[in-house]
Amino acid sequence: MLEIKDLAVEVDGNKIIERLNLCIERGEVHILFGPNGCGKTTLMMAILGIPAYKVKKGRIAFKGGDITDLPTNERVKLGMGMSFQHPPEIRGVKLGDMVNIALGRKEAEIDESVIELGKKLNISADFLNRDVNLGFSGGEVKRSEILQLLAQAPEFLMFDEPDSGIDVGNIELIGDLISKLLDRDERPSKRERAGLIITHSGFILEHIKPDRAHVMLNGRIACSGRPEEVVKHIMDDGFERCVERCVVEGVC
Amino acid sequence: MQEEISTRAYSAKDKKALLGEDVEIEHYTAETEEHDALTTLSEISEEYGQDLRNVGIEPSEKDRSGSFLQRDHSVVFSAVRYPGLEIMSTTDAVKKYDWLKEYLWKAIPVDTDKYTAEVALCQTHGYFIKVEAGSKVAMPVQSCLFITSDKIRQNVHNIVIAEENSELHIITGCSVSHSVSSALHLGVSEFYVKKGAKITFTMVHNWGDGIEIRPRTAVVIEDDGVFVSNYILATPVKSLQMFPIIYCKGRNARTSSQSILYATGNANIDIGSRVVLQGSGSKAEIISRVIVTDNAKVIARGDIYGEARDAKGHIECRGLVLSNTSEIDSIPVLKATRRDLDLSHEAAVGKIAEEEIHYLMARGLSEDEATSVIIRGFLNVDITGLPDALAKETKKMFDMSLEKVM
Repeated sequence: MLEIKDLAVEVDGNKIIERLNLCIERGEVHILFGPNGCGKTTLMMAILGIPAYKVKKGRIAFKGGDITDLPTNERVKLGMGMSFQHPPEIRGVKLGDMVNIALGRKEAEIDESVIELGKKLNISADFLNRDVNLGFSGGEVKRSEILQLLAQAPEFLMFDEPDSGIDVGNIELIGDLISKLLDRDERPSKRERAGLIITHSGFILEHIKPDRAHVMLNGRIACSGRPEEVVKHIMDDGFERCVERCVVEGVC
Repeated sequence: MQEEISTRAYSAKDKKALLGEDVEIEHYTAETEEHDALTTLSEISEEYGQDLRNVGIEPSEKDRSGSFLQRDHSVVFSAVRYPGLEIMSTTDAVKKYDWLKEYLWKAIPVDTDKYTAEVALCQTHGYFIKVEAGSKVAMPVQSCLFITSDKIRQNVHNIVIAEENSELHIITGCSVSHSVSSALHLGVSEFYVKKGAKITFTMVHNWGDGIEIRPRTAVVIEDDGVFVSNYILATPVKSLQMFPIIYCKGRNARTSSQSILYATGNANIDIGSRVVLQGSGSKAEIISRVIVTDNAKVIARGDIYGEARDAKGHIECRGLVLSNTSEIDSIPVLKATRRDLDLSHEAAVGKIAEEEIHYLMARGLSEDEATSVIIRGFLNVDITGLPDALAKETKKMFDMSLEKVM
């Protein structure tokens, strides 16, 4: 579904990603590990086509077509969506308005259908009427992002740390919804959607049971393998050693 | 008394205003034909009716407690549908009520500048609205100052009095017909909010790019009185300068004002208000949203002077600059003359954050759609202090005004 070849990405003139290759098939969910600043978020932003993340080299193909030069909204139309880690505040634009936009209803009221969706994330009607991300707590941001993705219902979903800051009361809920959004409750052969998740916690791994994990280091995918093995190596030895072992043992 | 006013006005005939570019009053004619009175407001021609609706005036008078329409120099309609409420031409009111001289030029000195002097020396009506003590007028009063003759000057003097414990909601629309290429509107407005009374004043300006406007407004609020102002300007204008002064004179007097400006073309706008907190526990809030584009220039002012115990004031000004040839100067002023009060301001002027555009694009909007959503959101202030139905109507009115420019 997603195929990235020899990608190089710059932000503000700084090389963040180089020689990156990644392939995600329909029905698969991949996890992206790596230390802070290694380029995980940059990769997602580049896949989504956010202009500040400049592709200097390489191609990104989605559902068989080259999307490297497509604007973000065209990629979204093709079926991409993302849950942002640090989305911007927009004054006067309510969370409910964002849900309507994600639903493809541009000038709609915040009506029953939006309120019903909100309930799935324990989001009240009052909360839907708040300016999006303005004064939201960390956990509220996550729920708001997932609510918008739920409305958007994309085929390929990216989650940038969807579980950080979520309180215990909501973590199961978030896990279930992400599972559902990624067709994880279907048999593998029936799974239509695919995803890429950045996470630091074990919770998502247990809940989603991803198909593959990658370790990013210095702007490249340094190591890939079965999630449980990669996690074990990271836990035992840290990212750098994990990559070394990975190369030696040939997990990739 | 009248003589003294005239003398003082005469002495200020050439006194330039402290703010705003100087307008040549003589450039506009004081003479114009009188217009016939209407028996009902709905008699007005379809063309003019639309001009009125654009500024929130309902020709059918539906859901209105009273109406006032002044066309050029003629008061063509004035009606009251609520007991305890009075509406008429100020010129007529001054003749009818001798006591009115206690209010005339009491909130605004007649020799403030050449514009106040001009209104005193060459007044062309204006509205007088008064609600008697204890009377709460639920439905709004609508008043409209309308210019349909080219190159005229309209010099109105408005007086609004809310007696003790009364409540009054006013929708004022200032409009100009398409056929008018240039005109000058001078409007002196004096508001008196007595003890425990409340006035809400919602004003929509719909001028043209050849129109100059110099309103002069002052509000005096007594103990526990409330004055709420909502203002929108979203259509072109040549030059507009206004700086209402609101005196929170009484104990716990409160005021809040919200202004929305969308300045286009070559508009030159200097706008803001000053609140003087003179009563203990008095409160003020000044909120403005300003967008400039093309070659428009806006000076957005907000002054709060704290002079009494436990006074509280806040200014919030946000501006968006959409072109490299437009300009916003945000000038908040806080002045505290004692220690037991609390004044604050926040101001932010800038361009639309690209991050916000991209976020919306990530939810499927094109760049243009995203920009328009952000602008709408930016101008989306909550209408507070108005009864629900009126707040909804005001919101609709504001949305409609913005719809036309975007």
